[in-house]
Amino acid sequence: MAQEHKQPKRSAEETSAEEVEESTDLAERKEQLDEDIDALLDEIDDVLETNAEDFVKSFIQKGGE
Amino acid sequence: MSVRRVMGTEVEYGISVQGQPHANPMTASSQVVNAYAASALRARRARWDFEEEAPLRDARGFDLSRDAADPSLLTDEDLGLANVILTNGARLYVDHAHPEYSTPEVTTPLDVVRWDRAGEQVMLQAARQAAQVPGSASILLYKNNTDNKGVSYGAHENYLMRRSTPFADIVKHLIPFFVSRQVVCGAGRLGVGQDGSEHAYQISQRADFFEVEVGLETTLKRPIINTRDEPHADPEKYRRLHVIIGDANLSEVSTYLKVGTTSLVLAMIEAGYITRELALATPVASLRAISHDPTCRSTVRLASGRAVTGVQLQLEYLELATKFVQERYGDDADPQTVDVLARWESVLTRLERDPLECARELDWVAKLRLLEHYRDRDSLGWEDPKLHLIDLQYADIRPERGLYHRLVERGRMERLVSPEEVARAVHEPPHDTRAYFRGRVLEKFPDGVAAASWDSVIFDLPGREALQRVPTMDPLRGTRKRVGELIDRCDTAEQLFRALTQQSTG
Repeated sequence: MAQEHKQPKRSAEETSAEEVEESTDLAERKEQLDEDIDALLDEIDDVLETNAEDFVKSFIQKGGE
Repeated sequence: MSVRRVMGTEVEYGISVQGQPHANPMTASSQVVNAYAASALRARRARWDFEEEAPLRDARGFDLSRDAADPSLLTDEDLGLANVILTNGARLYVDHAHPEYSTPEVTTPLDVVRWDRAGEQVMLQAARQAAQVPGSASILLYKNNTDNKGVSYGAHENYLMRRSTPFADIVKHLIPFFVSRQVVCGAGRLGVGQDGSEHAYQISQRADFFEVEVGLETTLKRPIINTRDEPHADPEKYRRLHVIIGDANLSEVSTYLKVGTTSLVLAMIEAGYITRELALATPVASLRAISHDPTCRSTVRLASGRAVTGVQLQLEYLELATKFVQERYGDDADPQTVDVLARWESVLTRLERDPLECARELDWVAKLRLLEHYRDRDSLGWEDPKLHLIDLQYADIRPERGLYHRLVERGRMERLVSPEEVARAVHEPPHDTRAYFRGRVLEKFPDGVAAASWDSVIFDLPGREALQRVPTMDPLRGTRKRVGELIDRCDTAEQLFRALTQQSTG
């Protein structure tokens, strides 16, 4: 995801203290990302058809075109 | 030359009746189409007019005999299957065992996205309407291309081309492009082989179903280049390139780039611009090899002996197209052409670095990423039925259940058109093709139209014994600019018909 991968802007004048802060930011961001994915999968769990195996098996199509 | 040309898509939807895996799919498809027609169309329903159809005409210059043709090719016979024309200029019908929606003719990639998405809305409403009939089971529709048990159904594209372009040039320059464009517009599939018996993820839904390079068939021995030659326009001036090698896309960016880049490559072929030798040594095998490698790293061999990845092959076409547009237009290139080039480049650059960077834009990557999350969280192998269910349910068109739609809802997919624009396109035709005339006439005079098709509207006028056929052979006439005011001004179909026959169809 482009936005999630976006790095904070860096400039040459930044001090090492800011760098440390930044890496904390990144860690927080990563945590945020993981939570977001957990929430996504939880939501999808709720909408997935029950009994995956039967459902997939019963999807039988005839040719088209 | 640019991304602009007369074009459109036709998508067959997968269909199943909930709890009845062996329900007759023709009956179910008819229920869907008829339910929509009954709810959305006022008064009488215009029939499809088959007069100009010639599905056995081959672009190489001959007609296949009807006796020799596979029955599935005889698409010009009115079998009494449901078949309606909509006020947005589209066609909704039953094709064999699937409901199918053909967009109206449009002229830009973004308009393809608008009216293709409108088709999803039409199908959604159709299925919901069908479920309202007392005693009927729910019908589920999927915008995908295979049941993963050996059967595939199509998502076709149509492009109007100059007749003067030699067909051999089209074949030569288009095959390497079609073999490689799946890295951008593949819809992703869990399962390898026509029956999906090998549990692995691949880029395209359709790659395993193509068996030859060139041919007229669409249901068996599927060819990379289809030669059906039914222009639905002046055959002296135009051919319609009927493209059968593509996946049904849910992602708007995938659809946009699919038709935008193809239109650009066709412009280069028409201009005789491609001189680079990009022919593949074994196109059909290469198509599968590229599809079977979601890392986008494995190479295929050109006839010249050079080894390239699918992405590199696309980069060759991108480089040519960028130069082509720069040379022909410079800074005057239209915004969509510029945008298609920029997005194409951006997507290819990221695919080379790490395909997962395109998860917001491309169907096959979005689906792969979701599957990988599930594999991580639940330690699932590729054979797990849950992963196969995710592959299938990604294409469920219901916003509350379809996984593509769940990703959109959470802001995880990039969108190009607003829901409001799509809702408008469900009812309104594009302004700049003959679809405008067809759609407006159907909307305003539903009782006065007996039948219509791509190239005609047939009026049934009070007091006249015979039906009156108005040909619409030129796709770029019958536009709002040419007939909008006239249609606005007429109170009856009779008035309109008289005005048209006095001045010509505009």
